[in-house]
Amino acid sequence: MSATTSTLEPGAVSVPQTRRRVLGFAFLGVAAFIWLVFLRGVDPTMDTTMRLYPGGSTVVLDDWVFNTQAMLWIMAAGCAALGAFQLVRGFGRRTGLAFGLVGGMFVFAFLSWAASGGTLNLAGMLRIMVVRSVPLTLGALSGILCERAGVFNIAIEGMMLTAAMIGTIVGSISNLWIGLLGAIVAGGLLGLVHAILSIKYRTDQIISGTVINIFAVGITSFISGKFMQPMPQFNDPGIFVPYEIPLLSQIPVIGPVLFRQNIFVYGMFFFVVFLTFMLFRTRWGLRHRAVGEHPKAADTLGVNVIRTRYMAVILGGMMAGFAGAYFTLGSVGKFDQVMTAGRGFIALAAMIFGNYMPVGAMIAGLLFGFSDSLAASLAVLRVKIPSEFLLMTPYLITMLVLAGVVGRAQIPAAGGKPYEKE
Amino acid sequence: MSDAKTEAKQAKPSAVGVFFDELRGSSLLIPVLAIVSGLLLGGLIVAVTSKSFYEVWSTSPLQAIGNGLKAAWESYVTLFAGAFGKPSKIIDAIQGGDALEIRRAFNPLFESLVKSIPYMFAGLAVSLGFRAGVFNIGVEGQIFMGGIFSVWVGYTFKGLPPIIHIPFAFLAGALGGALWGFIPGLLKAKTGGHEVINTIMMNYIAYRLTDWLLREPMKRPGSTNPISPIIEDSAKLPQFFENPIRFHLGFFIALAVAALVYWFLFKTRWGFDLRTVGANPRAARYAGMNIVTGTIMAMSLSGALAGMAGANELLGVNHNLSQTFSPGYGFDSIALALLGRTHPVGVILSALLFGFLRNGAVRMQASAGIPIDIISVMQAFILAFIAAPAIVRTIYRLKEPKKAEAEFHVRGWGGS
Repeated sequence: MSATTSTLEPGAVSVPQTRRRVLGFAFLGVAAFIWLVFLRGVDPTMDTTMRLYPGGSTVVLDDWVFNTQAMLWIMAAGCAALGAFQLVRGFGRRTGLAFGLVGGMFVFAFLSWAASGGTLNLAGMLRIMVVRSVPLTLGALSGILCERAGVFNIAIEGMMLTAAMIGTIVGSISNLWIGLLGAIVAGGLLGLVHAILSIKYRTDQIISGTVINIFAVGITSFISGKFMQPMPQFNDPGIFVPYEIPLLSQIPVIGPVLFRQNIFVYGMFFFVVFLTFMLFRTRWGLRHRAVGEHPKAADTLGVNVIRTRYMAVILGGMMAGFAGAYFTLGSVGKFDQVMTAGRGFIALAAMIFGNYMPVGAMIAGLLFGFSDSLAASLAVLRVKIPSEFLLMTPYLITMLVLAGVVGRAQIPAAGGKPYEKE
Repeated sequence: MSDAKTEAKQAKPSAVGVFFDELRGSSLLIPVLAIVSGLLLGGLIVAVTSKSFYEVWSTSPLQAIGNGLKAAWESYVTLFAGAFGKPSKIIDAIQGGDALEIRRAFNPLFESLVKSIPYMFAGLAVSLGFRAGVFNIGVEGQIFMGGIFSVWVGYTFKGLPPIIHIPFAFLAGALGGALWGFIPGLLKAKTGGHEVINTIMMNYIAYRLTDWLLREPMKRPGSTNPISPIIEDSAKLPQFFENPIRFHLGFFIALAVAALVYWFLFKTRWGFDLRTVGANPRAARYAGMNIVTGTIMAMSLSGALAGMAGANELLGVNHNLSQTFSPGYGFDSIALALLGRTHPVGVILSALLFGFLRNGAVRMQASAGIPIDIISVMQAFILAFIAAPAIVRTIYRLKEPKKAEAEFHVRGWGGS
């Protein structure tokens, strides 16, 4: 990371020539892949049926039936056109958008091909995508809060896991809302531990995060094994049921997908918007980011670096706590050992892929949620691709992003360094 | 080159000498206090979560505290007996003279040693990384890759003599781990992608790969469970005693590898370069050392050591691959490496501690009903105290050290 590229000015990125060409050829490659692999194996008379409402929906639409081959031609041509334009002119700043379009067309082509001659519940799949993206996006927001202020947080996993358990226990002995509060407080407390270790004692932030992750796995499995399994009354908090937003939930396709969900999904949308506003449109956000980019300068201008970082990490912990509550109170309604299963690290991946922007993190979260939901429906589609490889995609994409193959994450410049006042 | 010579002269004292020097100095005080504090806090958690404590708490708190302390004491006694064996049982068995009974009596002790072997390899892996300035948090994934490679060699090749098959399978495991370390090393050196993120991601890629391998290509024919075929007898690491003692050759391989790592790090020029790159990359660059090769080599070697941990477990203990063969050795080894001051001798001692703790905790779980996960909590505390010695110093009112303590700091996400 050179010192000249600053995250304080989003969008001020120059796209080098070689990358433009590489991406152009990559787009053409996708078009060729659709043509060679998907198109040639499809019977010209074959149709694909997409169902546009999830199971249990009151808004019933006709199925969308189209000729598979024609749709694949359109997708291949679209990718080829974007690739050609990218090679000749380049999309400049809109490269990311073009990349997303090509990716989307590839996925749609894949789905049309996989479901040719059968039916795919598109809306159901999108709904699962949104649900699965919730912990990833919220976890990524937790990371953004911490890392924008210059403190790495690889403990999202541990914070979510602990919060999931505390939320369950508190929710079981009181009610759901107090359980949710308990989860947020638990996350905040672990955030405080991370802050004390890494800010006050200047422990390496990765090690401090590792401490919390090891501790979280240990203590949750311990308490779960000792109390929650023998005494199920502590493991029965109930769940937040979906709340239908009037009118909006009646919109075809997106209504049931977006507006018939529980508070965690709405919370995700709210926090993405709220955090974007707070980080980039308020004085608080400017200070927050300044501490992460150049703490010495911020200190000189009278910003209390230590206090800002403490607040960032505690708020980040609370966000992870909210994300953790999703696993139990928002999803299955009971706690299992190590139930977060690495989602905290996918959240870390979403944060990097989303370039430390809340909206970017949500797009990444949705993408990774989609690969999750696709992996689940592969078995139904009888496609000969092992679902494990789809589940690897978030990790692979993150490594590509870090390597600068697909865009380049702009990491807060002072991240990872403890601040010492001189 | 001249630097390397003086360095070699300074590092003259033997490993044992270094150990006693450290014992006399105060640098051993913090690790010991960290261990003691970790065990005390673990005991505290056992005490307050014991039934005899929380059921009496509301009526008579004093009695509850007594009960809690008693529960904690009893569970540590069980842990100790589980890790070392019961002295009374050992004496009875020796007096009885029955060979099987003697083996049974000594089994806990040997089982603890067996449990500490993977910790030795994994701890060496993390330590070597730290010495070279890279944080290899992907040891767990590298252990899995090592396991996959060694098991594959173990069951695929038939009719090889053990003298060839064992090294072949073991080194295949090292190669698998090295490959999983090489990739993030290359990415860090060439693109600046941070090894912490990349190795975390590669851990999960390794898990998913294992899931798939055990579901399709490496699945044991005729089995409904996701496990691989059992390796050939010729690939199994020889055990020194009969049933039930599982103590095997891996222990001595681990000691030899630790000696090798010590020699490499402190007695060779490559090791010197590696440590210089780790301690001060800028100075290393001025001195004409190749940072790119250094980083790649460090990550690959670290991965190879981690791969050996996987190979050791599967060739020595499990004999087939399953998804659960590692209870998180890779993550525990971070705490272990720092506890051992990233020195091979320290790593061996900490690995023994962790091995005895884990084996004792298995017994504690079985007989005292205390979930084994309590040792993860203890390890987290130990790691926190080691990484933030100021906490220990505040608790025990120790003086500030005269020389600056070695602090471990990972360089920024973006590298450079």
